[in-house]
Amino acid sequence: MKKIEAIIRRSKYRAVKEALHEVGVTFFSYWDVTGVGNEKEGHVYRGISYSTSDIQRRFISIVVNDNFEEPTIKVILEVAVTGEVGDGKIFISDIKDSYRIRTGENGNKSLK
Amino acid sequence: MDTNTALDIMWVVITGVFVFFMQAGFTFVEAGFTRSKNTLNIILKNVMDFVIGSLAFWAIGYTLMYGDSIGGLIGTPSLFYDKIGDMHNLFFQTVFCATAATIVSGAIAERTKFSTYLIFSAAMTLIIYPISGSWVWNSGGWLAKLGFIDFAGSTVVHSVGGWAALVAATMVGPRIGKYTNGKSNAIPGHNMAYAALGVFVLWFGWFGFNPGSTLAISGNNANKVAGIVITTNLAGAAGTLGALILTWIKYGKPDYSMTLNGALAGLVGITAGCAAVSPESSVIIGALAGIAVVYAIEFVDKKLKIDDPVGAISVHGVSGALGTLLVGIFATDGGLINGGGFHLLGVQAIGVFTIGAYVLAITYVLMTILKKTIGLRVSEKEEIEGLDIHEHGMVAYPELSSSEH
Repeated sequence: MKKIEAIIRRSKYRAVKEALHEVGVTFFSYWDVTGVGNEKEGHVYRGISYSTSDIQRRFISIVVNDNFEEPTIKVILEVAVTGEVGDGKIFISDIKDSYRIRTGENGNKSLK
Repeated sequence: MDTNTALDIMWVVITGVFVFFMQAGFTFVEAGFTRSKNTLNIILKNVMDFVIGSLAFWAIGYTLMYGDSIGGLIGTPSLFYDKIGDMHNLFFQTVFCATAATIVSGAIAERTKFSTYLIFSAAMTLIIYPISGSWVWNSGGWLAKLGFIDFAGSTVVHSVGGWAALVAATMVGPRIGKYTNGKSNAIPGHNMAYAALGVFVLWFGWFGFNPGSTLAISGNNANKVAGIVITTNLAGAAGTLGALILTWIKYGKPDYSMTLNGALAGLVGITAGCAAVSPESSVIIGALAGIAVVYAIEFVDKKLKIDDPVGAISVHGVSGALGTLLVGIFATDGGLINGGGFHLLGVQAIGVFTIGAYVLAITYVLMTILKKTIGLRVSEKEEIEGLDIHEHGMVAYPELSSSEH
């Protein structure tokens, strides 16, 4: 099984969530993060103009069976892109095991 | 008691209650413009400056201001005022005094010791405000005798608060992180919605502040009161619009917080002349104040490098002085443009500058004493981690994790 972590624009979250549902990925967690990167936002506060590279994004964490890895990545890449600097990143890592708390089962069964 | 007297007393009491509510306005503006780690502290400072002001002004401040005038400089003080038949005036003047006191808290927010602020507030309401107030509103006061016009307190209340804020903010010093290598950094407030609520509450209160200063509603006063309501409202509106348009041009987008400051600047500006100028003049006065406040805020922040998180120095000090001077130009009776020559303008200037100099000097002395005894600022650690947790042992928003500015 794999963990797929995606940092995406908050404006793209709805589309990514729907697209993931369409390929059968219906289980994940997300939270809002602030990060630094290449995109910069222009702000003005009481006459002071400043540019910040501290940007708000949404961080999605998905754990899937191996055969869902490719479709998940493909779908996020298609839907979360805008072409502008700051579209985000996807990270893949290996997961040793997973458990469903309600039943106690582990392995691929726990991710169905 | 005849009906007219009863009506007048009722008028003073009710408008006094409106002015009391401005304390909530100041509280919300200051809470909105500062960071969430300091919210409880700034709110409590605002609560306490009213509390201390109420007690101090009753204890001695009121008579120091309104007692029989000694040489035109102060009133004859007596302790614990209890004259039946005058209690409505005590109340009304108390809420005005408390307004001057609460102006300062915003300018020194986020880094001033709570205990120091309480003592400072007491000094404002016991001594600083009553003395200059007596020069203008005590019938024996020397500025009153000169013909100085400050109907509801652009100078007596607002610029007194504003100049005290100037000295206090300078001596307390800027917040950590505000200036790096001479460059001013933005430290955004945590709740701009609170700020707007505060401005609306203040505007509401101003409908007591200015019209209530007639101290009467009976007979001919009714129309006078209505006229003051209009000049007050028009100036507030013109100030807001002036700041909106100016910032739109200057920054490319209408600036939310400066526009709110513009509303207050217009209201402060008209406070001196609300009973003495025409509606048309009040629009001009408000607009000039709203435009001036934008430049003043930038000047104080970037050129003087005085850290004033809410713009109190500009909104209350500068606008108060400006509004008072403009009475010399726009007063229907004696103003420059109405054939009065320069006499009234000269008198206005005397009042503005002498009260300004007095407040700057006495605040400097007070702050120096406080600095050398109990100190003005919290420690660096306390300032960075937040006044709420260190001075009060709790946080304003326990369910939200804090971010770092």
